[in-house]
Amino acid sequence: MEPRRVPQNNPKIRQVGFTFNSQTQNPHSQPPLSTTISGGAVENNTSTLSPVMIPPPPFLDTSTSLPVPVPAAAAIPAARRVYDDSHSYLAASSPESTQPDLSEDWLRSSSGKYSLAFDMSGVNSPVADEQSTEGAEITVANHEKGANVSEVQVSHEDKKLSSKPSKDKLSKAERRALQEAQRAAKSNKKAAASGVAAHVTGKPTEASKQPPQKKNVPLRTSSVPVSETKGGNQPSEKDKKKDIPHPRMQYDDKSRVEKAKKRSVVKQTEVRNRVELFRHLPQYEYGNQIHDLESKIFNHDSVHPAVYKVGLQYLSGDISGSNARCIAMLCAFKEAIEDYHTPADKIITRDLTARLNSYVSFLSECRPLSISMGNAIRYLKTRITKLPSSLSESETKTAISSDINRFIHEKIVVADNVIVQQAATKVRDGDVLLTYGCSSVVEMVLVYAHEHGKKFRVVIVDSRPKFEGQGLLRRLVAKGLSCTYTHINAVSYVMHEVTRVFLGAASIFSNGIVYSRIGTACVAMVAHSFRVPVLVCCEAYKFHERVLLDSICANELGDPDVIAKVPGRKDVNYLSNWMNKENLQLLHLLYDATPSDYISLIVTDYGMIPPTSVPVIVREYGKEHLF
Amino acid sequence: MWYRSPSFILDNQEQEKFLLRQQLDQQNDDVLNPPPPPSMSEISIQNPNPNISAYYQTRAAHHAVVTSDWLAQAQAAVSGGVTGEDTVEKVEEDDRVVEKGESVIEEFNSWRKQPDLAEAVAAIRALASVIRSSKATTMMELEIELKKASDSLKSWDATSISLTAACDLFMRYVTRTSALEYEDFNSARSRLMERAEKFGEISYKARRIISMLSQDFIFDGCTILVHGFSRVVLEVLKTAAQNKKSFRVFCTEGRPDRTGLRFSNEMAKLDVPVKLLIDSAVAYSMDEVDMVFVGADGVVESGGIINMMGTYQIALVAHSLNKPVYVAAESYKFARLYPLDQKDMAPALRPIDFGVPVPSKVEIEKSARDYTPPQYLTLLFTDLGVLTPSVVSDELIQLYL
Repeated sequence: MEPRRVPQNNPKIRQVGFTFNSQTQNPHSQPPLSTTISGGAVENNTSTLSPVMIPPPPFLDTSTSLPVPVPAAAAIPAARRVYDDSHSYLAASSPESTQPDLSEDWLRSSSGKYSLAFDMSGVNSPVADEQSTEGAEITVANHEKGANVSEVQVSHEDKKLSSKPSKDKLSKAERRALQEAQRAAKSNKKAAASGVAAHVTGKPTEASKQPPQKKNVPLRTSSVPVSETKGGNQPSEKDKKKDIPHPRMQYDDKSRVEKAKKRSVVKQTEVRNRVELFRHLPQYEYGNQIHDLESKIFNHDSVHPAVYKVGLQYLSGDISGSNARCIAMLCAFKEAIEDYHTPADKIITRDLTARLNSYVSFLSECRPLSISMGNAIRYLKTRITKLPSSLSESETKTAISSDINRFIHEKIVVADNVIVQQAATKVRDGDVLLTYGCSSVVEMVLVYAHEHGKKFRVVIVDSRPKFEGQGLLRRLVAKGLSCTYTHINAVSYVMHEVTRVFLGAASIFSNGIVYSRIGTACVAMVAHSFRVPVLVCCEAYKFHERVLLDSICANELGDPDVIAKVPGRKDVNYLSNWMNKENLQLLHLLYDATPSDYISLIVTDYGMIPPTSVPVIVREYGKEHLF
Repeated sequence: MWYRSPSFILDNQEQEKFLLRQQLDQQNDDVLNPPPPPSMSEISIQNPNPNISAYYQTRAAHHAVVTSDWLAQAQAAVSGGVTGEDTVEKVEEDDRVVEKGESVIEEFNSWRKQPDLAEAVAAIRALASVIRSSKATTMMELEIELKKASDSLKSWDATSISLTAACDLFMRYVTRTSALEYEDFNSARSRLMERAEKFGEISYKARRIISMLSQDFIFDGCTILVHGFSRVVLEVLKTAAQNKKSFRVFCTEGRPDRTGLRFSNEMAKLDVPVKLLIDSAVAYSMDEVDMVFVGADGVVESGGIINMMGTYQIALVAHSLNKPVYVAAESYKFARLYPLDQKDMAPALRPIDFGVPVPSKVEIEKSARDYTPPQYLTLLFTDLGVLTPSVVSDELIQLYL
């Protein structure tokens, strides 16, 4: 057993390995044996074991949530309702929304191309409008109009409301903007409430959604000052500690979670029965906060509406896939920066970094950041701090947005083209290619090879609960490729006829481990045992210098409800009231780690490399994209 | 930096795309009259004999291996058939249209005549002579000329991995000097010359360096299994014999061109105890063997090697009996290739003499080389040092990107 360490005292120490942190409110740390899954139920409240402290990119420290006491009975129907809604989001926001028949599918909105991500660069885009009108809420366009009209008149009760959070940290202009936003939101909420009241007779679920929303309002106002002060003095600290990576937030660390949830914008409820081994990862009840957040889109002075919208899309699952998420985030940042005005007493680069930090922490509250996003944020921050202070505000802003464009273009779009062309050389006539899930790059490879006259067959392996492969299947079949669709249960059966396996990746770590959609490791292992070459297509900006050994330390937990229920099968819902069972924990992991032994080849924008050469790319080019 | 890195790959792909488009156009033009597949037609322009890899022809010529197939071809050529010399001339006529190409290949061929000089070194010297005799007046012109010359060399024999790799490496090594842009043309050119000579020198000395490096691995009383005739391995063993190490050599026969026979001759000249095995006796005698020593036609990015047919199975047997497999290869054989399996590379064909007539219905596997994946190799002895297979990719990334 290692000596106990108090992480708050010396945050600069890079903690790797199994460390125990003794906490003030809980001095009895558990022996490591207690991490077994079966023992989990007993120690729900006394968990002090923080497994591995991994130094992540330095922006992760301000994230978590506040468990809002929501009556379980009210939460479940609300969650269900929102899930139904998110289906219609999919229909409205997916790029193929012109084709009405696609809406029933489990389509990923980022259909391999980035059309969506580029479309939604404007808050006023039709996509955004459609989304916010959904469910008797505010339309963004209306909202802004309202704000413009009320520019001059600031009523007294509004001042009372808004002066509390803003305090002396805000300049006059900013305070005014805040007041307008809040005023408009308030009036809109009233309108919405009356709309809901009218609806109640028709839709009883609507009413059950109301109480948590109201409860959140006072909480939010009290939490704002914390985030404001934090934002104000952060950059100087950040700069100092830049080269020392912060330990990633461990969610079984009670005091930190308490601290973090004070400044969180998204009110997330922690799931009650959690698997012991994965306590260090955040897990929330899904679905009940989307409407709530949606109604408050302009209440947040700290989060720009474009960023806010992207956050909600992450939350609802409308945008998934690390490329799509990264592009969406960068576009939102670009927009936020365009609308940005430097407060009178601030330096633009410093203040902008603080802003970005608050956006990032908001986004990571919606969904934990992906490695791709982390790298993009790191790039952006370095670019901002490197800007000469002699530039004027508009020059700075154009410089930053051109940097963002460059990143998207070079690191993602062009990189994908290079990858596609190289990977296609590995496709021969008569091949049978297997792919798992829905990777945008792999889709492009397949389409490219098909367009260049290669004769091959595709096996798409898919899995519950997202069925992302069906979207891919639909698009490939529409293009005329001959496809076989199967579920992961049958992978060992189909593998014997397969000649190549193409996989996508969320990230690749320095030891060659591929971090990707859950199930990828299984497919790669089966392929390896059948001696089928496994090709991983991954842009180099997703590489990370960290080392990962298993899929426990760094992972993401999904909604446990989804794996407990089978949609469309009422008769197999044996677990419908699982929440009440103390001795049941559901584990819905979203990612897994594929060992490098199973991977024959990684196709990146720097060429085709073996997994052992990932650290070379990170070493030679990791620094380069920061400058 | 970023733009430049994948340029080589992009160039290649552009070319491929162009070819593909051409092919498609052709197909559109005459659907009734489909042309031969592009790879074959390509080779038939450049390669004297479409069915036989030029690389193996040179090797056979150097080693004075005369097979009956070879004789038959020679006779056919003499009696006026359209093979051998005729096509070579045709090639050169074709190249004359491309101006520079011809002189490079002539130069290359003259260098190549020396049996001790590796093909790649000959190519490097030929390219250096292009710079020397160039009448270009700007850096850009010179670079284009050099690129053309190396392209014509590469296309002269697409099956030789070391030739292609050496041309690519030469281009990278010689033209990649940031100082070039700031100097006037003459000094830049002399700098290029300097680098070219230096590169030629390094390549020439590579064998010597490798033989020095590998001495530590040969211990007294060991038994070494050798496959094929590799000039590097010969140099290594020669040096070991000169250093008064006592060791034993097993030579595989090396069918069909019997390279093992030749190697055993060389060993006998050095008074090293040598035993000749037929190729199928490798597993039988592996328990006596302490290490396997092979050369390589090419070292690929995964760290695996492409070498004479039979290397893969020897490596498999050695791996399963836990014997180390050492590869001796010069760094100019490092190629930016990444074969995933045996069939994932351009096949190099060669004639096989079975001694008896083979019925026409029987198909013959004519491929001359196979791919050994990196997990079966222990170490690579190169002029860059003794490397593990995974370092090859690191070196390649640093050389090319």
